Amino acid sequence: MTSFTDFLTTGLLGLSWVPDSAWAGGVLAVAILLGLAVFTLMALNAMVAVYFERKVSAFMQDRLGPMEVGLFGFRGGKRFWGGIGQTVADAVKLVIKEDTIPADSDPRLFRFAPFLIFGAAFCAFIGIPVGYGLVISDFNIGILYVTAISSVGVIGIILTGWASNNKWSLYGAMRSAAQIISYELPLGLSLLLVVMVVGSLQFHDIVAWQEEHRWFLIHSPFTMVAFLIFFMSGVAEVNRTPFDLPESESELVAGFMTEYSGFRWAIFFLSEYANMAIISLMTAIVFLGGWLSPVGSLLRLLGVPEGWYYLDGPIWGVFWIMGKVAFFIFVMMWFRWTWPRLRVDQLMYTAWKVFIPFSLANIFFVGVWELVFG
Amino acid sequence: MKTAEELKNFGVIKTEEMVLNMGPQHPSTHGVLRLKIKTDGEIVSEIEPHIGYLHRCFEKHCENVTYEQVIPYVDRCDYLASMNNSHVWAMAVEKLMGIEIPERVEYIRVIMAELQRIASHLMAVGAMGLDLGGITPITYTFRDRERILDLFEYVSGARLLYNYIWIGGVAHDLPPNFVQHTRDFLDWFEPQIVEYDRLLTYNKIFIERTADVGVLPADVAINWGCTGPVLRASGVEWDLRRAEPYSIYDRFDFDVVVGKGEVGTVGDCWDRYWVRVEEMRQCIRIVRQALDQLPPDGDVHAAVPKKVRPPKGEIHFRAENPKGDLGFYIVSDGSPKPYRVKMRSPAFCNLSVINEIARGWMISDVIAVLGSLDIVLGEIDR
Repeated sequence: MTSFTDFLTTGLLGLSWVPDSAWAGGVLAVAILLGLAVFTLMALNAMVAVYFERKVSAFMQDRLGPMEVGLFGFRGGKRFWGGIGQTVADAVKLVIKEDTIPADSDPRLFRFAPFLIFGAAFCAFIGIPVGYGLVISDFNIGILYVTAISSVGVIGIILTGWASNNKWSLYGAMRSAAQIISYELPLGLSLLLVVMVVGSLQFHDIVAWQEEHRWFLIHSPFTMVAFLIFFMSGVAEVNRTPFDLPESESELVAGFMTEYSGFRWAIFFLSEYANMAIISLMTAIVFLGGWLSPVGSLLRLLGVPEGWYYLDGPIWGVFWIMGKVAFFIFVMMWFRWTWPRLRVDQLMYTAWKVFIPFSLANIFFVGVWELVFG
Repeated sequence: MKTAEELKNFGVIKTEEMVLNMGPQHPSTHGVLRLKIKTDGEIVSEIEPHIGYLHRCFEKHCENVTYEQVIPYVDRCDYLASMNNSHVWAMAVEKLMGIEIPERVEYIRVIMAELQRIASHLMAVGAMGLDLGGITPITYTFRDRERILDLFEYVSGARLLYNYIWIGGVAHDLPPNFVQHTRDFLDWFEPQIVEYDRLLTYNKIFIERTADVGVLPADVAINWGCTGPVLRASGVEWDLRRAEPYSIYDRFDFDVVVGKGEVGTVGDCWDRYWVRVEEMRQCIRIVRQALDQLPPDGDVHAAVPKKVRPPKGEIHFRAENPKGDLGFYIVSDGSPKPYRVKMRSPAFCNLSVINEIARGWMISDVIAVLGSLDIVLGEIDR
């Protein structure tokens, strides 16, 4: 029993502050608490991001966006709060809405599938640090784990498409399967290049390397290309415009989500924004130095001695990483509210004939670069 | 125990075409169109448009109301171009009755018709972007369309269905400062078209999606009776305002925009879209000239007859609508009500060509082609 708890506390959860002698119930409680923490983080992320997206889209489209709903206890959403309570109201509406299940669907799969998608996003959060040391479990194979677990979600999408028994859903599911599997390759290959340079799959090691040397974005021209490929593939992975084919509204009504309503639909929404956050977090950690301060990193490159003006440290770290994540999420929204959508064959062309060859060439050239300059 | 037939097919995966029912409730069918699509995966092998979900017996209604009372009905046919519709109807009846129209009325009508053409094209341009997944263009075009609707509201009191152009005149004279308001709008609107070009027209993804897609050759377009921007995009210089000048269109200097195949083939989706954008520029030119030449005063009711009772006879009159060649065939038996009215709807013919040009392309391209044809179901179903 003791070894099992040891395994849970130190091995699986990686928490040294849980005493070895803690009983299994305590471990379970900690696990549940951590799970709740991740869930809260996801829900909070979705709420903020939805509000952000509505406002960003509104400002890009010459509108005001939500303006009426204030927060509970704070009257006057219009005047002071800019409709900040809108997402809360929407979430409540979604939860109390009727949950319809089509008569001809496969009810078990139909109920289960959204939670598989959600589960994938949820599990991915376990391995990603959101600040120095702020991680549920810092695997030594963190990158591998996150890329692997986040692709489990595609099974959920295929299940929704199949279980809905709707032709539009099926089209959306088939498109998404092809798309996500295709774009995982350039995504992984771009990460591989960083792993090659650092020699570790652990997120903390990658950031430590960037602290010691420089951010991967500016490490070499090839890592810059890798950054672009990674981010674009990431946009495709999370089904955002211009790669939003699985749910392409004007073609497939709502793609794989067509038959869903209420809470289950809210789960899709939650997962979508969680996936956006995951991709942004990975981009920030792997290419933009994660929680490293841009000010500090620049000053270090210039050879200025360390000091308070580096704006480093764990608290600043959370600020910087969240700022980077917010920036990338904003860029994704920017794409969405500006560009039209690609066609399915153009999507495949981009993945197989542009991104993957470039990624492979990149790996070779980075190897050469490291040999020469490394 | 399997039969011989089953054994023969054992392990053979059979594929078959799937019939996909797009509409009548679908985000991109521009109303209540239903497309029955035969698909093999993403590839479309046949498209069959099913229409009639918005059928309101327009032609039969016309037989039971007087000529003046038809105007609200024609307004509701192509509800994005009400002014043009009532303009054509009024001109048809006037020609049947042989009424001479005062100069000022002709100018007011042309200004209204061209502003309405801009509004209709704005809708087409924005909806095209929306169909291809870009959500922002339509909010831009709607913002600008609102200003045109404001002008119409100023003139007629209504924003969608105006009932403004009457037989023998217009409902009211122009309100004070209308000319100045219109000039302000045109000065403000002209640079906006450049913004659409930057946002959508020359966007790389937009070009990828529309260039060389759904090419409509000129001969096919003529055979299927396509008119308006759809025909002109195929390189045929045919604009009734120029080919058979009606009203006072012979007095204005404007270009007939034809598709050039700038980024692809002549007659592709991009050309159909681009012709509409360019036509908006030409509309601005026409409105500017009309505002300059507008006679300062004159009675707009001068020619309005007390009783519209055309002589026995029949007439076919056609004019250039934003969607194409709109024709009215009217048979009069000398009574105040038309004996028979037939409407030649441009969008009906433009839609019918979809199977010819979108067959063999993908589902996404069907949406693009449909968007580029710019249909209005109110006019197709009548």
